[in-house]
Amino acid sequence: MKVKLRDPNKIMKLSRLGSFHQSKLSFLRSFLNEFKDWEYKRDLFNLNENGFGEAVYSFKKNKRVYSLVCFANEIKDEERSDRVIATKWDAAFTLHDGVPTKKDIERLKNEVPKQEVGRLSYKELTLSRANKSLRIYNHVVENLSKGQQPDLNLLSKVGYLYRTTAVYGSGKFGLADRFRIKNREEINGPFRLEMMLVYLVRQFTFDQVNHVAYHRNPKTAIKLDNNICKNLGIGNSTGLGMAPFIVNHPTLLNNWILSREKALKKIREIKDVESKDSNLFIDCVKKSLKNITSWNTDSEYQQKKISSLLKDVEKFLNFINKDFNFEIEYPFNNIYQWLEDNCCEECIEYIVSIMMEPYNDIINPLIKEMSSDEEKYFNIPTQRKVEELRSIIETKYPNILDINFEEKENNKNFWFISKNKEEPRLADRFEEHGSELEQPLAIARDIKKLYDKLLVSKKNLTIAKFLISNSELRHVVRRAFIVEKFPYSEIQDNTIGKDLMPIDMLRLKLSFFGALKFDPRSDKWLRICMFQGAPLPNELKSYDEQWVYKTNI
Amino acid sequence: MKSLSEIETIAKRASKAAGYSWGVSEETGKSIRLLELFSLPGIKHLNEYFNEKNKHKFENLNLISENNYSSNNPYCPITLGISFLDQINVLENLKKIKFKNVAYPIIFISFISRSSEIIGKKIYVKIDEKKILLNLNVNISSEFIDQKFPKMGNAIEVNLLENDDNFTENEWNNLYKLSEDTFVEESDSLKEGAAGAGLTDND
Repeated sequence: MKVKLRDPNKIMKLSRLGSFHQSKLSFLRSFLNEFKDWEYKRDLFNLNENGFGEAVYSFKKNKRVYSLVCFANEIKDEERSDRVIATKWDAAFTLHDGVPTKKDIERLKNEVPKQEVGRLSYKELTLSRANKSLRIYNHVVENLSKGQQPDLNLLSKVGYLYRTTAVYGSGKFGLADRFRIKNREEINGPFRLEMMLVYLVRQFTFDQVNHVAYHRNPKTAIKLDNNICKNLGIGNSTGLGMAPFIVNHPTLLNNWILSREKALKKIREIKDVESKDSNLFIDCVKKSLKNITSWNTDSEYQQKKISSLLKDVEKFLNFINKDFNFEIEYPFNNIYQWLEDNCCEECIEYIVSIMMEPYNDIINPLIKEMSSDEEKYFNIPTQRKVEELRSIIETKYPNILDINFEEKENNKNFWFISKNKEEPRLADRFEEHGSELEQPLAIARDIKKLYDKLLVSKKNLTIAKFLISNSELRHVVRRAFIVEKFPYSEIQDNTIGKDLMPIDMLRLKLSFFGALKFDPRSDKWLRICMFQGAPLPNELKSYDEQWVYKTNI
Repeated sequence: MKSLSEIETIAKRASKAAGYSWGVSEETGKSIRLLELFSLPGIKHLNEYFNEKNKHKFENLNLISENNYSSNNPYCPITLGISFLDQINVLENLKKIKFKNVAYPIIFISFISRSSEIIGKKIYVKIDEKKILLNLNVNISSEFIDQKFPKMGNAIEVNLLENDDNFTENEWNNLYKLSEDTFVEESDSLKEGAAGAGLTDND
């Protein structure tokens, strides 16, 4: 039986993309898999009794070394902010390519804590900073110094000791350009070095609390239990900065989604499912309930989504237990169809993610297809004709063409870059100034404009000639030719409408990172947790691949 | 040192601010990145051009022909470059194209370099008798090393080269003959056994 890939016009809607969950394809999981046999080491740990100073952690294999250089700084409580306007952080980090010399560390000490206003070099690959979750950090240090483990109930409410507020890579602030390192086999997957940074930062946070607790009371202090460490991750606070990324990298977006869609298609096409595989699948769904019930958020929007997810996953388990027999042919196809008929989008995508768990043979080759050589598809095929472009738009953007952008509510917002922080922002075009400097992120509106122009142009006109008098539409002409080859490269929705939930765009990207416990703080920023439940660096050689469904706090 | 990613982003945004559309600005970002990758003064000339653009008028050439002369104001290198890039599949048939009065020709060159990759042919350019070879967008070799690129190209000649060898048949044959010294002369038994198929391979 051949199953069709799911329709991009359904999957690329924001509400669906905003319902995606982590899976075996997620970057943090594929990072752990790739680096599991690398040698992990803490090379330097030069902190004072209050936990301020420098530390270096590394992964090494053959002649290749990646080193995380950490700077823990003393800041006043009032200086601590997760917002991008902050200028000081509890700790700042960079991933250095190779072993940093003393001179490198001195150089980095001056630059890394400054973050966006510092300058890095081609020897640095990623850059980040993080703030303590003060409530949790102080509680953990306090308890450890007294010889007792922290309160698990309190830890479970947050899930981490530190949260990062930005992770930069790919040439930002002087960091190495991607092309310098793109041929390295171990990083043949998106965001692998960003994942490495976050993972090593997590270990630093454990080492730091142990160190500070010890110096507070050397006689009574104990170390944070390894099992508790394992159940803590790293938080992340994310704002609109992430949203334009998925619009600005269409072929990359396609390759992420296409890998997921291919995985689902192949799993639905399995005729006979072995009982070890169906058992693993069911086990993961059951154990994952803990991830839902321990998912805390104050956001009413997310609370509703969590509650319908929990209800639907329970309904699904009931169906599997009572009415389903895995011995029928194509059982996963049947399951998928049942999900589409009976569950909310959040639950459908949740179960789709878990379906991948038993199938390394399907997933691992797809992980290698998730990068993109974007330059290859940049040039516009200008020898093609207006007629062809018109047909591409009609086929690939049918729902977009139905939107009436003359209506105020469909044209309500505009994306811009703030002068103060050079970060993307969203505002109401009818109430705020600045819409004349709108960023080219209103793709649906501009595709519609392009289509209207094409309708009144000669069919056999070349695109080269069409562009002479329609230069303002060049960016969408490029995109339309990209979507022709890459069906999942475009969000099939209005990114400037009244009902836009920007966090759907953030969540899509974060789900591919492997984030858990999305906690929207507004419609424009959210907090998440990464690596919660993941093996510690010294456990990587042999670890439970389904760790993500087995958190204990 | 600025990364290429920073160079592309800033060139793109600056182009938009200078009055070009987002699509054209994306092209400019790519082209300036390319020049800087080849250690050519992309940022410097783009900067100077945008300063000049505020003070003087430049012509937009949208449809390129065999001879393109601007008698009044110099051609804008970005619009000219985009036109060249977009029309390269047609221009390929012309073999030789002439331009007079082009501002900041190094910016125009970056678009010609990208066009060279599209048609899969080398392009040879003369800017006021100085020679530049654009090799499928893999490199740009020029006579301008150690000399400043001009702010104005008075006479530019663009030659689209056929894919011919760089060497003579004789030079090739000599080298080929030498390479044969790494081969083993086959005896009958080697002919029979070494390839695996034996002497009758057409049954």
